[in-house]
Amino acid sequence: MLVILARRLAQAGLVLLLVALISFAIFRFVGSPVENILGQEATVADRNELIERMGLDDPIPVQYARFVWKALNFDFGISYRTAEPVADLIASRLPATLELAFISALMALAAGILLGIFTAINRGGLLAGFVMTTSLIGVSLPTFLIGVLLIWLFSVELGWLPSFGRGETVKLGFWETGLLTASGLKSLILPAVTLGLYQMTLIMRLVRSEMLEVLRQDFIKFARARGLPERMVYFRHALRNTLVPVTTVAGLQLGSIVAFAIITETVFQWPGVGLMFINAVYFVDIPVMSAYLLLVGTLFVLINLIVDLLYLAIDPRIRDRNLRGG
Amino acid sequence: MTAPLLDVRDLSVEFPLRRQRLQALDGISFSLEAGEVLGFVGESGAGKSLTGAAIMGLLEPPGRITAGTIALQGRRIEDDAASVRGGEIGMIFQDPLTSLNPLRTVGDQLVETIQLHLGLSGEAAEARAIELLEEVGIDPERRSAFPHEFSGGMRQRIVIALALAPEPKLIIADEPTTALDVSIQAQVLALLRRLCKERGAAVILITHDMGVIAETTDRVAVLYAGRLVEEGPTADVIAAPRHPYTAGLMASTPNLDAVSVDTVLPQIPGSMPGLTALPSGCRFHPRCGDAMAECARIAPEFADGVACHKYSAVGSMKGKGASNGG
Repeated sequence: MLVILARRLAQAGLVLLLVALISFAIFRFVGSPVENILGQEATVADRNELIERMGLDDPIPVQYARFVWKALNFDFGISYRTAEPVADLIASRLPATLELAFISALMALAAGILLGIFTAINRGGLLAGFVMTTSLIGVSLPTFLIGVLLIWLFSVELGWLPSFGRGETVKLGFWETGLLTASGLKSLILPAVTLGLYQMTLIMRLVRSEMLEVLRQDFIKFARARGLPERMVYFRHALRNTLVPVTTVAGLQLGSIVAFAIITETVFQWPGVGLMFINAVYFVDIPVMSAYLLLVGTLFVLINLIVDLLYLAIDPRIRDRNLRGG
Repeated sequence: MTAPLLDVRDLSVEFPLRRQRLQALDGISFSLEAGEVLGFVGESGAGKSLTGAAIMGLLEPPGRITAGTIALQGRRIEDDAASVRGGEIGMIFQDPLTSLNPLRTVGDQLVETIQLHLGLSGEAAEARAIELLEEVGIDPERRSAFPHEFSGGMRQRIVIALALAPEPKLIIADEPTTALDVSIQAQVLALLRRLCKERGAAVILITHDMGVIAETTDRVAVLYAGRLVEEGPTADVIAAPRHPYTAGLMASTPNLDAVSVDTVLPQIPGSMPGLTALPSGCRFHPRCGDAMAECARIAPEFADGVACHKYSAVGSMKGKGASNGG
């Protein structure tokens, strides 16, 4: 088990080094930052001094190594726009995004799995057909449109829920949470639904088709022949056998929930890292963009690592194959 | 005279399709005493497995029982098979490789079945599971292993243990050894027969292998295109088959003493009709060497262990009323 973990960690480290290389390269693609910092009227002496101070005259591998080393110490440089350390900027924004992503992923998983089972069991039923048809909306409508429609209905027409912002927040150490206040929770509903709807329909359709596949298998027929009640057949025997593909997709989707939060955060003016990234793009704030890229890359790698480990927990066959060193 | 263990009268099963209704079983009647082993033999599609599925209430929709009664010890179960399924009637399927849930240990699946039907506590169920595994010749230490860690023959032993776990009065074994190596087949059949005899449980053995029928069963029922054509004590039917189809079946079974490399095995001309194109009268008459004029017009009644005009017309009463074993 430890061997598998070590191997996966090594792979993850390699991937992250590559991501770091791309983040690092962004700095070079958009030209020298010196002009941006000093402006056009700077003297050659000023420029040279700054170039030397920033290490821009060192060989590229050295600069890359320095970049990686700093990143490992959570030093992503200073934002060009706000002149704050990027790490602080992210630390103040990340809780908002993570809370939003976590809640919407939770909703998407819970509702997606339950509806998936329901539509699989009641295949051909009227209600299941209705759910399947409506789910097409979730798959086909773009996120920003869903967000705008939800705002129009619940904020403008009905006036039940706020249309933007996080509401009141409470500080728990460095973590600023909106989950503990009524207005914070109310503000969370619309963006979380917007962000999770697509993922929910995706998971629901996946669980449904996997369930239908599993329910055709002999061991389900044998479980029925053993006299197990339907509820046990579905939840104890069928569901777990659908989990490997569902975990794969759900893991990837969780990553893209964080990444796609950009759109939802823009629509709802949610003060998270996605909105921070969009603002950074407007201002060509390279350190922020590069740090965001690293952050999302790290999240994906982490999630994939967890998914790999979950496989081992779910399916003993995969466990054995890995232990044999496959 | 007490009611037989299982009494099936005029059982008919239909598959309603869009354009027509396929009659897959047509008026099957037979009965079975406690501890008796009854073989069902016939070609693929003759209705052997359907008979088993109908008794268990496991017909694949849209298939359904349209006429007839099924009684277990005098109690009608054709509308309430769920009450006896797995408990009083156990079932074993063809492919042991797929009959067990791959993600749960065999011990888990045994304990689950025992607890469900016998209402034992966790510990008592565990002890019972160990006994059962010993009885079928599996090291009880291996109960925490997963199905993929066992060979096909061992898995079928586990399946037998699972089917016997609730102390059923009847086991329906649907081609239990077809998927196994020939060398393992005899062992598994002998085990099944011995364990059922010890418990006084009756067995319905579904197979297309006349060798298996000869070795294992007390009585045999021959099915052709959804109808029962002959039924009687195995030794009698094999020694002196009465229905021309049974005779053809026996003649086409290779016999090591009589066959040399050059002998051509006799075969029954033609093939069994599909359910969409059943011939009129006796369903076997287009292939029958003994067919008379009335065979094409009138379906023969099942009487005195055989359904053939040869016997009703001649009025021969040979055979000892095998359809009534009690």
